[in-house]
Amino acid sequence: MLSAMDDRQARQRARNRALLAVLLGLVALFYVMALVKMGVF
Amino acid sequence: MTDLSTTSVVSLPAVGDYVALLKPRVMSLVVFTGFVGLYLAPGHLHPVLAMIAVLCIAVGAGAAGAINMWYDRDIDALMRRTETRPLPAGRMVPGDALGFGCVLAAASVLVMGLAVNWAAAALLALTIAFYVFVYTVWLKRRTPQNIVIGGAAGAFPPIVGWAAVTGDVGLPSLLLFALVFFWTPPHFWALSLYRCGDYARAGVPMLPVVAGARETKKQMLIYTLLLWPLALAPSLAGLAGPVYFGLAVALNALFTLAAIRVWLDAGERAARQMFAFSILYLFLLFVFLVIDRAPGLAEAGG
Repeated sequence: MLSAMDDRQARQRARNRALLAVLLGLVALFYVMALVKMGVF
Repeated sequence: MTDLSTTSVVSLPAVGDYVALLKPRVMSLVVFTGFVGLYLAPGHLHPVLAMIAVLCIAVGAGAAGAINMWYDRDIDALMRRTETRPLPAGRMVPGDALGFGCVLAAASVLVMGLAVNWAAAALLALTIAFYVFVYTVWLKRRTPQNIVIGGAAGAFPPIVGWAAVTGDVGLPSLLLFALVFFWTPPHFWALSLYRCGDYARAGVPMLPVVAGARETKKQMLIYTLLLWPLALAPSLAGLAGPVYFGLAVALNALFTLAAIRVWLDAGERAARQMFAFSILYLFLLFVFLVIDRAPGLAEAGG
């Protein structure tokens, strides 16, 4: 039971990190997109 | 109490389960054909926007796959090939998969529209809608022609890629569409020949289940022969040069040979080999399209 809870927490942590990575990726995507649209590079 | 807790522990999906929902293997070929459409299109698209366009095609294809898995979770549980997917295996709640697919579908279309252009975004939306509503919901469980008509969904990405650069649908992109469209039946029927029992158990009317192996093999051979003019047409249409032409002849000869071997083989070995080769066939054909447009080779080939 304890290891099952550990497993659950590990999965939850991995999901949170993945979600954070996706959100940061989206922010970076829109930032770069805006720069390109403004002709910065 | 302990049992309940344990069940909820097991049912929490891992990140890998969300990745599996996107059908990464199918996605990789779709993304590649989309990229080739984008690469061959006349005009210029900023490399960053081109990467975003390819990313949107990837995410859109994955979203369609996730919604497909949500809808087909009942029959997926009955087939050996699909029973370990996150939903039939009970590792994920169906609503999570549907929500995940819908959010990704909306995001991919929106980003494509904002970053690239709305023609490409509309075509991407059409691709997702076609796969979900026309193939998955309407055709898959109703007709043995499911993957013939439904194959259009997998053939749209080169058009989306092309439209990302040009803002419209050009004739050469329709040629790429036709190539993938006519490739899909022999590709899928090769798989369904050796997974016939799976499809029969799930009640999916794939051609081998409904019409038998002999008829399926005949249809596969016909579609393989139809691929000849379509595979060679890019050279005649000015989309590729003689390098592509020569390699396409060789690839089509091998693909036809594979179809003939399936026709002659009473077992499933030839069908397995043809399925594997069909993926390589399409991949190499599109690789050769890119190679023959590379400046050095294009000049060397005249």
